Amino acid sequence: MIAELGHLLAFLALAAAIGQSALGLTTGGEAPRRLAFACGIFSVLAMLTLIISFVQLDFSVSLVAENSHTLKPLIYRIAGAWGNHEGSMLLWCMVMAGYGAAASVFMRAGPLRDKALGVQGLLTTGFFAYLLFASSPFTRLIDPPFDGGGMNPLLQDPAVALHPPALYLGYVGMSFVFSLAASGLINGQIDQEWARRTRPWALFAWSSLTVGIALGAIWAYYELGWGGWWFWDPVENASFMPWLVSAALIHSLIVTEKRGGMASWTVFLSVLTFILALLGTFLVRSGVMTSVHAFATDPTRGLVLLFGLSIAGGAALALFAWRAPTLKAGPEFDPVSREGALVLNNLFLAVAAALVLVGTVTPMILQWLGESGIISREAASISIGEPYFQLTLAPMIAMLLLFMPFAQAAPWRKAELGPLMKWLMPAAAVAVVAAIVALAMGGWGIWLGFGVLVGVWVVVGVGMDVVRRVGPGGFGRFLRLPLTVWGMAIAHIGMGLFVIGATVETATRTEQTFPLRPGEIAEMAGWTFQFQNLEEVEGPNYSALRANILVTHDGRTEVIQPETRTFQVARTSTTEVAIRKTLGGDVYVALGDQVREDPAAWRIRIAYHPLIDWVFGGAGLIAVGGFLSLAARVRRRSAATAPETEAAVESPPAPASVPA
Amino acid sequence: MRKRSQRLWLIGAAAVLVTGAVALAVVGLQGAVAFFQSPSDIAAKGPSAFTQALRVGGLIEVGSQKHEEGGKLLTFTITDGKHTVPVQFEGIPPDMVVEGKGVVAEGKFNSNGVLVADRVLAKHDENYMPKEAYDALKRASDSEGESTYKEPTT
Repeated sequence: MIAELGHLLAFLALAAAIGQSALGLTTGGEAPRRLAFACGIFSVLAMLTLIISFVQLDFSVSLVAENSHTLKPLIYRIAGAWGNHEGSMLLWCMVMAGYGAAASVFMRAGPLRDKALGVQGLLTTGFFAYLLFASSPFTRLIDPPFDGGGMNPLLQDPAVALHPPALYLGYVGMSFVFSLAASGLINGQIDQEWARRTRPWALFAWSSLTVGIALGAIWAYYELGWGGWWFWDPVENASFMPWLVSAALIHSLIVTEKRGGMASWTVFLSVLTFILALLGTFLVRSGVMTSVHAFATDPTRGLVLLFGLSIAGGAALALFAWRAPTLKAGPEFDPVSREGALVLNNLFLAVAAALVLVGTVTPMILQWLGESGIISREAASISIGEPYFQLTLAPMIAMLLLFMPFAQAAPWRKAELGPLMKWLMPAAAVAVVAAIVALAMGGWGIWLGFGVLVGVWVVVGVGMDVVRRVGPGGFGRFLRLPLTVWGMAIAHIGMGLFVIGATVETATRTEQTFPLRPGEIAEMAGWTFQFQNLEEVEGPNYSALRANILVTHDGRTEVIQPETRTFQVARTSTTEVAIRKTLGGDVYVALGDQVREDPAAWRIRIAYHPLIDWVFGGAGLIAVGGFLSLAARVRRRSAATAPETEAAVESPPAPASVPA
Repeated sequence: MRKRSQRLWLIGAAAVLVTGAVALAVVGLQGAVAFFQSPSDIAAKGPSAFTQALRVGGLIEVGSQKHEEGGKLLTFTITDGKHTVPVQFEGIPPDMVVEGKGVVAEGKFNSNGVLVADRVLAKHDENYMPKEAYDALKRASDSEGESTYKEPTT
């Protein structure tokens, strides 16, 4: 019964979405608002019924039979609901409808809300139609099996259980930013007011996307067993491109909001972000590439998605081309100003996204050309990996960071470059010293030097800017800094820490494989590892081989226990690494296989990942900064009647007036 | 600053940046790209003909996996049913690198004609074969002559 109820609820949501779009785009007012709210409720309930089917292990539901199993722990039964194509499409629809429902609650009445709900309703209709007619999660089996097929064991992990919901809040959140842009274009109202009301949605979506991507990277780091956290896999790039473009968007929205400038560019970015999010979905779901994410390798589904992508993207770009000429240009500004710095920010981020796009789709296009016989097979099959992305992206990111402290300190309209540079000299000096120290310690790699240089420059420069904003007010004033300043500073410092961590980790991580018999000792970088013994352990749905390894460092000892788990149902094994955290980085130990020629010995891989927590912590701070900026909006809105005191704080005197 | 010069400045900055980015992309695409080769491609030209990094796909030949240097190195051969390529890899490969299954190895040939892989890729579940491995097998079996490769019965 419960699956049929879910099916019905999904149809009700579809009906509500149709009504929402029709009324939102025509009459507007209360009716589309109520329908959007209803659509959100129906979608959440539909998702709940699917989760109940998974928790109850109702194997007469085809999706449950394929993806769950009696031995699976409860939390992964729940997460299993979206750990497959159909369930994740329902999650996608739910988030999309959820954004409409949230808008119906939080947005003021008016044409912006009406048309945005209308466009969002159109998108929701499209996705629910795709869900119900091309990939329904509620299909029943006539002859239910006795037990399920189990889930890919690699996905039985807390980080990756939360990865899709966070990622979708980001990805799909871009759909509502898109709807707001379309609404503004239809109404002919892309102005400061529009930007002020759009930015919170963009901030929320972007911050969630950051969390989602970071969770995926953390999972890859400890679950895939070889310690990498980013592989430039097309799937990862598919999420990274919208991230870059929406990062540009939340910055250009500032210019549009505060100065009324860059309006058409901002709208263009809103459209582009959503198109890239759809493109990412197409890449992941269509089977044009293979990866752990590609659970729907069905070409017809790919075609449907490509068709939808073309229609949505084409219509949006057409609307933009038609309406953009009517948008007013903003007030003038000097190249050396906050506007100028934010323009540079947008250029670097947009070009970075374009470079990622080239690296991601070139192999696919060549492959297609090769299969169609247009070019030779030899030329058609290429792989573009880390060397390309490192070479092309590192300069963009470095420039982005180079300008970041200037952007924070420069006033609107016109700044004096000389005093700014003089004021930032201490940050530059610290950065140069840090880079030299890093190079001396970590080997003379060009990436390492650049990464540490710009990273430290940003962290110190941003810190100086915060101190300047506090002024002589002391600690009390420090605490009273507006949330927007906190958000910006924390996100930017997070970016600096991330870049330092990423370059140091990539350039100086060490790893070695040791074949060890019980009792034997391996040594690496001042640590000793004694392989004591192996034991067999039974988990809920797997059996594991666990190694006991005695780790000694600085006179302290500790036993760590890496495992390999074999899952009976899926007939696959996974590596559970043992990680010992230290201040400077992670000691990372993975249990490999038995040495074939010497069965008493086991291959144990020991790696040291310096500053790895800076990578994930930096990404976390970026997201925290985004959410804080959002909180600033919400708080300001609720205190809208209070006198505007923040204006003075947000534009402190230029550094020229600060004694150096 | 005048509108006109503001626009000129913007266009100039964007032009410089885009030119630089195109240059970077071209350099990157020329130097940092690995071409895919099947074992038969390599047998046709000889391993010494390949100086750049490349990817080789196929199946791990049954019975070919060995550990060398006391267990530090993993060696195996990749087959497409017609020809084979010896591969060595230092470290512990992903869990699904198993004899008889599809694999893609990325690296460079050493002077002995052994592919020194710095990455070994397999998919994370039992039914999957990397696309490139599948293509290599398909091409070898489509070309003339009987394949010597027998599907392992598991």
